[in-house]
Amino acid sequence: MNFTLKIWRQKSRTDEGKLVTYTVRDISPDASFLEMLDILNETLVRRGEEPVAFDHDCREGICGSCGLMIEGRAHGPHRGSATCELRMRSFEDDDTITVEPWRARPFPIIKDLVVDRTAFDRIMAAGGYVSVKTGQAPDANAIPVPKHCAEKAMDAAVCIGCGACVATCPNGSAMLFVAAKVSQLALLPQGHAERKERVGRMLAQMDAEGFGACSNTYACEAECPKQISVEHIARLNREFIRAKVS
Amino acid sequence: MSKTTSFLMSSVGRKMIMALSGLFLCSFLVVHLYINLFLFKSDYGVEFDAYSHFMATYPLIRPIEIVLFLGFLLHAIVGIWLWLMNRRARPVKYEVLKASENSALSSRIMWVTGIVVAAFLVVHINSFFITSRFLTPERSMFVIVREVFRNPWYDAFYVVALGFLAYHLKHGFQSAFQTFGLRGTRYQRLIDLVAMIFWLLIPIGFAAMPLYFLWAY
Repeated sequence: MNFTLKIWRQKSRTDEGKLVTYTVRDISPDASFLEMLDILNETLVRRGEEPVAFDHDCREGICGSCGLMIEGRAHGPHRGSATCELRMRSFEDDDTITVEPWRARPFPIIKDLVVDRTAFDRIMAAGGYVSVKTGQAPDANAIPVPKHCAEKAMDAAVCIGCGACVATCPNGSAMLFVAAKVSQLALLPQGHAERKERVGRMLAQMDAEGFGACSNTYACEAECPKQISVEHIARLNREFIRAKVS
Repeated sequence: MSKTTSFLMSSVGRKMIMALSGLFLCSFLVVHLYINLFLFKSDYGVEFDAYSHFMATYPLIRPIEIVLFLGFLLHAIVGIWLWLMNRRARPVKYEVLKASENSALSSRIMWVTGIVVAAFLVVHINSFFITSRFLTPERSMFVIVREVFRNPWYDAFYVVALGFLAYHLKHGFQSAFQTFGLRGTRYQRLIDLVAMIFWLLIPIGFAAMPLYFLWAY
């Protein structure tokens, strides 16, 4: 398959950046989107040009490193899959594909398609944990967790922190990410002790980083590679009310 | 920071103010529609005029009126505040963006539908509220309404603006309950049902009035 690619090239944080057009030829329909970029980069290196910088690690949809805006959709046209899981057969031969980095003020571009997502780490550091004295491993069944709570907590815990929610939100809001983390811990007994402080601190950090406010477009749920539901945002809001009125 | 300050400073807290003020304004729509439905009664506006006289003269209505205006103002100011904050969060726009693939248009253009509704309110208040409250018209309110609604251009603007109100409420009503954390719970179906009354039936009820005076009266 042959494609015309329009890729965002930006030398550094301060550089202006622009879309540059490339063509790739004889790409296997079974190649992943990242493999297609690898092939492009090999060509660029052979020509003595700077390869396109993009984030990637596990390439099996579980690490959250990759994340590209592909033809105006976070992680490409399919629902419930990360960029690395996208295959080139999802496109038509001779398609033109625009590839852009996540765009949000709290995610500054480092180079080309690579953005700095440490804002997420700072939100996690603000309260996305359970404080415990680390000692001997506790007894496996010392804390009973109802099955339905464990299931729901797991639905939130599948968040890989890729940032697609922020990238696709018209407001650049990180609500789905924060909601998944708050929700996961609020649903489990281990998280109950710090639930009041946690929601306030994580939301305050989210605001301080410069993310926008949620306007319930639910675009995040549609584009989340792990299909995390906006139900978790509702739970986050309940946690917020509980913390503020009690 | 006190709990109230931290509540107001939080983006979620501000959204709760949007939701609360929005639902308060929705409650006004119910009262407003109830009274105005008397326009359809075949009594040449006797009962409608009695109600409008009551609304214009009864002293307890004044504080309610002021709270209502403050509600509009609060909803608009906090809305603009959030809109500016949200715009700042993405200084560089995408070259290609297919937002229609992942979200409803009504949810993305709340600021547009909000501005149209605000513009409509200015015209609407100028046509009816100012006349009934501050001027002492020689004609009855019913006659004034009938006269105003005989202008097809005015009616067209009126119906289109109500369409925008419907679109604003289509997103806004259910969105308020998501902000309160009540969507995705056992109340979901009830919320969707009541939402339908607000975004569909109430705007249709209001839109029927100018069309009634234009064609049927």
